[in-house]
Amino acid sequence: MRDAFIEVRDFRKEYGDFVAVDGISFEVIRGEIFGLLGPNGAGKTSTLECLEGLRPPSGGTVRVGEMNPAKEFHKLKDVIGVQLQSAGLPESITPVEAMKFFCAYHRVAPRLDLLERLGLDEKKSTQFSELSTGQQRRLTLALAVAHSPSMLFLDEPTAGLDVGSRVELHSLMREMREKGTTILLATHDMAEAEELSDRVAILLNQKLATIGTPMEITATGAGLTKVSVRTRDSCLAGADVPFPAVGQHARKEDYDIYLSTDIGPTVASIIAHVEKMDDVLIDLRVERPSLEDRFLEITSKGGSE
Amino acid sequence: MKAFFVHFSFEFRTGVRNKQLLLMNYLFPLGFYLMMGFILVGINPFFLESMIPGMVIFAILAATLLGIPTPLVNARENGIFRSYKINGVPIFSILIIPVLTTMLHLFIVAVIIAVTGSLLFHAPSPTHWFMFAVIFFVTAFCMSGAGVLIGVISANARLTVLYSQLLFLPSILLAGIMMPYSMLPGPAAAISRLLPSTLAMNAFVGLAMGSAAHFNPWGAMATLLAGGAVAFGLAALLFSWDRRNAKRRGHPIMALLFFLPFAVGILAG
Repeated sequence: MRDAFIEVRDFRKEYGDFVAVDGISFEVIRGEIFGLLGPNGAGKTSTLECLEGLRPPSGGTVRVGEMNPAKEFHKLKDVIGVQLQSAGLPESITPVEAMKFFCAYHRVAPRLDLLERLGLDEKKSTQFSELSTGQQRRLTLALAVAHSPSMLFLDEPTAGLDVGSRVELHSLMREMREKGTTILLATHDMAEAEELSDRVAILLNQKLATIGTPMEITATGAGLTKVSVRTRDSCLAGADVPFPAVGQHARKEDYDIYLSTDIGPTVASIIAHVEKMDDVLIDLRVERPSLEDRFLEITSKGGSE
Repeated sequence: MKAFFVHFSFEFRTGVRNKQLLLMNYLFPLGFYLMMGFILVGINPFFLESMIPGMVIFAILAATLLGIPTPLVNARENGIFRSYKINGVPIFSILIIPVLTTMLHLFIVAVIIAVTGSLLFHAPSPTHWFMFAVIFFVTAFCMSGAGVLIGVISANARLTVLYSQLLFLPSILLAGIMMPYSMLPGPAAAISRLLPSTLAMNAFVGLAMGSAAHFNPWGAMATLLAGGAVAFGLAALLFSWDRRNAKRRGHPIMALLFFLPFAVGILAG
């Protein structure tokens, strides 16, 4: 039986006449990284804000760690860590002061080691307004995890980060997941979501368009898998062989490129043909449709699947 | 309790580190005090009589009405309140700690004015130092409440400046700081008693400076305390964590209830 840390049932959020989220349901399993994706205005932020207890839902039920975020916020605050999209820190506060400040309110010892780990050691006495965007993001992340929360909400955590910082952040997230922390990651970065998330949900037009593992979601799309083949004698170049499940064939820089709807039979037939022609396979690459391809496919259909 | 002291320590340092707060807490009131001391004393000898309490009230007005509201509005608009809520910082700390640190900065400024006023300009010193300190804290409490209330109800930074000036400018002109209360025409004198600074000046004159008060100074003290309590109560009620300050537990116009104790004070004589 799956142990859900977050349960969302028929959740609605309205602002006056405007419906921001229209009856969505999903669960986040304890210990998983769950990606929440969607274009601007899809309802991600409203969903996050209700889960974090910043706003009450207009309808349906929302439970985080078996608590009602809107009504049991004082208990929830020590269970969750939140990295907001906006900085949310006073301009004049230094990283050390911020760490001491928030840890004092969580009644834990300041985790100054996190500042070192996230590359803020040299900037620990610099005022927040003088930090770069990447440094500010790293600081807010350090503050979000300093009290070792069971549930971590990250809103665009790598926006504005350089490559090194992204790698360190991803490493930290995986480490936290291994320690049992549940992570809800809201992001526009499809590659990041695909790389890190155990499961993702795509919100579109205030509704849940799809949910599943990145593999499940990419596998159910209409996108074709690209098979690129290079052989010693280029036996495929002039071959007029109808390989199974191939929609298109092209040749580019010594590579024969096939777009397949069913990768297994296609690859098996190509290898068989190369052997039959007494040629030698030098390179064979299979590229599945990415989550980004699938996301664009879903959004172009307006979420109707 | 540890969180309170860590928060207090940070806010106190901010009062010096933040250029705007440094200006409102120290540079503006002390600069104005020196300017008035060197210029106005020669023009208006009556000013010297009430120079020390007048300049202390000016310092309180600048630090509370001009210094407190804007950082509150900026903090809300920048999502700092949301961040505080998520991390368990209570409304009490958000509203009270900046006030306490402002009072500490103001106390330093008040001591500088009270000590140097007689040394530099031969202004009369308070005859009752204890009452001078008590009236200072009661006045700072009341005006801090007004400053916090302005910060809480303001929809944006531009409105904050407008609301602050609506209280600040009449306070400077009508409270007896620049000209004696006794010189005000009847209607202006009546209106001026709606202003905390008028009551503070009357209390300083009657209870700390050894002069005759224009109206009951103890009543003025009670009104200032009541005004401060109403202001902080309204601020807590109308406080919003929301960045847009759109959702509150009451209409901002309720802030006018701040003047109720002062109106009652006028009616009570």
